[in-house]
Amino acid sequence: MMDIAQVVEDTAAKLLEISATKLPSEVKEALIQDEKDTEGSLGKSQLKAINENVILAETFTKPMCQDTGLVSFFVKIGDKFPIKSEVKTALIKATEKATEKVPLRPNAVDMFEGNTKNNVGLRGYVPWFYFDLVEGDKCEIIAMPKGGGSSNVGKMKMVPPGKGIKGVKEFVVEAVAAAGPLACPPYTVGVGVGGGEDMCMNLAKKALLRPLYQYHEDENIASIEKELKDILNKLEIGAMGLGEGTSVFDVHMEFAARHPASLPVGVVISCWALRHAGATIDREGNVEWHPH
Amino acid sequence: MEYHLTTPLPPEELKKIKIGDVVYITGTVVTARDEAHLKALELHKEGKQPPVDFKGIGLFHCGPVMKKNEQGEWTVVAAGPTTSARMEIFQDEFIKTFQPGIIIGKGGMGARTTKACQEETCIYGYFTGGAALLAADRIKKVKDVFWYEELGMPESLWLFDVENFGPLTITIDTHGGNMTEKRIKKIEENKDKILQNL
Ligand code: SF4
Repeated sequence: MMDIAQVVEDTAAKLLEISATKLPSEVKEALIQDEKDTEGSLGKSQLKAINENVILAETFTKPMCQDTGLVSFFVKIGDKFPIKSEVKTALIKATEKATEKVPLRPNAVDMFEGNTKNNVGLRGYVPWFYFDLVEGDKCEIIAMPKGGGSSNVGKMKMVPPGKGIKGVKEFVVEAVAAAGPLACPPYTVGVGVGGGEDMCMNLAKKALLRPLYQYHEDENIASIEKELKDILNKLEIGAMGLGEGTSVFDVHMEFAARHPASLPVGVVISCWALRHAGATIDREGNVEWHPH
Repeated sequence: MEYHLTTPLPPEELKKIKIGDVVYITGTVVTARDEAHLKALELHKEGKQPPVDFKGIGLFHCGPVMKKNEQGEWTVVAAGPTTSARMEIFQDEFIKTFQPGIIIGKGGMGARTTKACQEETCIYGYFTGGAALLAADRIKKVKDVFWYEELGMPESLWLFDVENFGPLTITIDTHGGNMTEKRIKKIEENKDKILQNL
């Protein structure tokens, strides 16, 4: 009998390795294209360094950035998938295992006890999980480590609802301008609108999982995404904030219903190292790796 | 201009360098992030010496991924720069107290650091953010580590022997120049224009 919890653990550990060492192909291509297109030598040399580094990471299966991030998992568990709460235990074990093996930098710091040295928090919150219950007999896992530098420029605002979509756009522009050179641009920007003060941030983070240049299926939203992308590039942040090259590869937005009295907007910014990797496990323990 | 310098960095060489120049360092570089800055400064206040003499060497804002090899020696897995802005609140005091030759980081630093660099003849160089393996490649030897048990891997003082460590784009020189501040000003202007036309 296949030990399904073990399959989940091994798969998740592998996903952490893939995400730390190999960029999703469309991100990789975007960076290569940007190096070609950038004229100024300062920007070009930054992109060249990034691209050389990405190749080194892939070739030697080493983390592309020393900040291997705070670990989070997006998980969808099917009704008929054999294990449920054990998935959580397996993902925690996978995090410890990958920390040792890849290795990942120990990034889980307890306020009082210091660094836990295994990327697992002492109080049950790290790694962070986004669980969803779905039909079927499979379990989908997406690992998304996110670096501290790029998380530090995330922002949330309760925009006055009277400002409407213009207020949303204004806040996105302000947030990305404030990020400026701080978080290793070129950036990809996730925006969550609506829900509550917590949900808009979750949505914004989730929006980053959508492949680059794939716009929202709702045309209204897609056109705002494209508009914001053009606008944000006029900030002229450039590669590494030196003013040359693309500032923002893409903007992805997710909208939830909002309370009549509030318009929460969350902005989550990813550095060039937009890292995530996914796989789906069926009830027999067969693993299907998502295209990467 | 491109410069290849060896530590301890001679002040007269540092004075020649201008913002936008590219520098490569050979010699000693030590990593220090928030906690290590604080601890070094605290020790100094208590009249004690930190375990590393920072004078003239490279101070690298970096929390590396390290691994012990089979012989039990530390090796560098990945070692790119961390966001320097966090260190702005005590970097000037650190420069005045310990006089490093070059600060290496990413994202640039502010007015206080610029002033200290001018007064103490120090420069700030930008290593491509996240390019952790390129950086690791230029680190030839891990000489020592301090405060590991207490501060953990990313915050420890890791003492490295480096060779042609770079390219480091100089964004703060010894003449009060600060390229990042100029860029931030430009971004702010652009933002105001964009918001007016929304
Ligand atoms: S912002 Fe991203 S690329 Fe830059 S150091 Fe942090 S994780 Fe690495």
